[in-house]
Amino acid sequence: MLRFVVRRLLQLIPILFGLSILLFAWLRLLPGGPAAALLGERATPERVAAINRTYGLDQPLFVQYWRYLQRVAQFDFGDSTQTGRPVTQVIIDQFPGTIELTIAALIFAVGVGIPLGYFAARRQGTILDNLAVVGSLVGVTIPVFFLAFLLKYFFAVELGWLPPSGRQDVRIDATHITNFFVLDGLLTREFDAAFDAVKHLILPGIALGTIPLAIIVRITRAAVLDVVNEDYVRTAEAKGLTTSVIRRRHVLRNAMLPVVTTIGLQLGLLLSGAILTERVFAFPGIGSEIVSAITNKDYAILQGVILLVAVLYVLINLVVDLLYGVLDPRVRVR
Amino acid sequence: MSLLEVEDLSVVFSRRGRRDVRAVDGVSFSVDAGQTLGVVGESGSGKSVTSLAIMGLLPRRGAAVGGEVTFGGRKLLGMRRDELRDLRGKELAMIFQDPLSALNPVVPIGRQVTEVLTRHRGMTGTDARREAARLLDLVGIPDPDRRLREYPHQLSGGMRQRALIAMAVACQPKLLIADEPTTALDVTIQAQILELLKELVRQEGTALVLITHDLGVVAGLCDRVNVMYSGRIVEAADRRTLFVDPRHPYTTGLLGSIPRLDSAEGAPLLPIPGSPTDTLPWSSACAFAPRCARSLEVCTTVTPDLEPDGRRALRCHNPVPAEEAAAVGAEGRRE
Repeated sequence: MLRFVVRRLLQLIPILFGLSILLFAWLRLLPGGPAAALLGERATPERVAAINRTYGLDQPLFVQYWRYLQRVAQFDFGDSTQTGRPVTQVIIDQFPGTIELTIAALIFAVGVGIPLGYFAARRQGTILDNLAVVGSLVGVTIPVFFLAFLLKYFFAVELGWLPPSGRQDVRIDATHITNFFVLDGLLTREFDAAFDAVKHLILPGIALGTIPLAIIVRITRAAVLDVVNEDYVRTAEAKGLTTSVIRRRHVLRNAMLPVVTTIGLQLGLLLSGAILTERVFAFPGIGSEIVSAITNKDYAILQGVILLVAVLYVLINLVVDLLYGVLDPRVRVR
Repeated sequence: MSLLEVEDLSVVFSRRGRRDVRAVDGVSFSVDAGQTLGVVGESGSGKSVTSLAIMGLLPRRGAAVGGEVTFGGRKLLGMRRDELRDLRGKELAMIFQDPLSALNPVVPIGRQVTEVLTRHRGMTGTDARREAARLLDLVGIPDPDRRLREYPHQLSGGMRQRALIAMAVACQPKLLIADEPTTALDVTIQAQILELLKELVRQEGTALVLITHDLGVVAGLCDRVNVMYSGRIVEAADRRTLFVDPRHPYTTGLLGSIPRLDSAEGAPLLPIPGSPTDTLPWSSACAFAPRCARSLEVCTTVTPDLEPDGRRALRCHNPVPAEEAAAVGAEGRRE
């Protein structure tokens, strides 16, 4: 078990090396550069050269990469070329927002998806089932930004039930310890701040969670339909067990196996998919940061953030694999 | 009145866009406490469907069950579902054919045994675990405490089948239906499992319905035998009569197709030609007629009735004469 975890964590090292080389080369192959982005139309060759010298961009690529590695080894991911803020600080400020949003989307997708998929399967062929199947098809095909826009328009602008943008009402004077606003509110017992942060998460969470929701509904439905025809469910019936025990222990537990894998994969996509949602809801997260960093050719930010997302992706998959072992003794790692 | 009485049982499967399939047709038999009834027939003859119908385990949609099943004086067909659930696992239990797929792969063996005890005997916690260990020990699983914590894939095939039997006998059921309990097992393990079932019948007075296509199993264990073909009972007799003096061409065919030590060297086995079909070319006929060497004109036009003659019940227009039957069955050995 421990060896498995250690091995998987060690595998991170070559992954990150490879990814960092690719990123490094790819970013510098893009036309323009930080200097052009900073100077805009006023760029003169002298000033461009001066900025390039400041950031070491006049050096050969492999020299730049070597210097970058040296700094990273000391946990220094560089400074933003646009604002001069350290990358680590940008991540500390912006990433919690994206994680909160991802968790909100996941809670929505799992909390609605699994029950809906289950009941669709139990009532196979009924109106509920057909609605769930068609609805999930629509859910997969609808573009995130369009759905986000619709939600914002109806529930925030027209009905005014929920806030249209941001992470927290600026008029609330909230204390921030971890930058996870909901958690902060609970820790400092400023419950109004926590509640306000939750309200800000609802619409973006639904917008971001719709595609995973649709996928989870379909996978759950298919898995339950498979499992109810298994011999062991018939055995459970032959034992005279109550319906609730049969459903919980014998049907759901087995049907959850493919669903857990799916949730893990979706979670990784959510992290990267947050960009569009954050854009529509002016939600200050890492997605908005990536968009402006791309526009500004902000190498340091892009390198730092994309590597972080990669690490998280690998870690999430590791957790899913471990969870899978808990659910299914047949693949349990020794 | 017998413990289990099945009267004119029929099961029709219907699926939209398909022809209805009459899987079981007019099956009647009874079993007493302490008695073992064998149900023999090849795949698709309706043996398993009959037992599932008795247990009420057929899918509610698409399967129409007719006739009457009485168990201990209570009618099982049409019984309320929760009432039936109270009986199942407690008074009537079933052992399935493939022990690996019949056990839940993600639940420990112990939990799968104790859940029956909790449901029907109200046992929980340590009590239930201790009783589960005793049951595993009873069915001959060594080191039961360890096995209780293990999962089905960690057990051997024989042990899985024993575990399934332990679950089935956990509440000392009055009736035990075993659907080909030894088919998936090695021959040596088969013998052990059969011995175990025999013991249960002897000690607990359980009525056993043993479904099998292995006539050797029947010879070793059963008091009475129903031979089924294409959803109908074609011959029903006590074991000795069936083996020594089989009359239905299908029964003699089954017996004739068993390899025997005492047959002349090089003598061919006698397979029954063809395979069973549920699409007869005639609307009413003997289902075995297309494969029967003794088939007459009347066999293809009139469905023969199951006629009792004291020693047996036989469904045939042109039964095998005694002399010929003796040639196949007489040395009826194994007894």
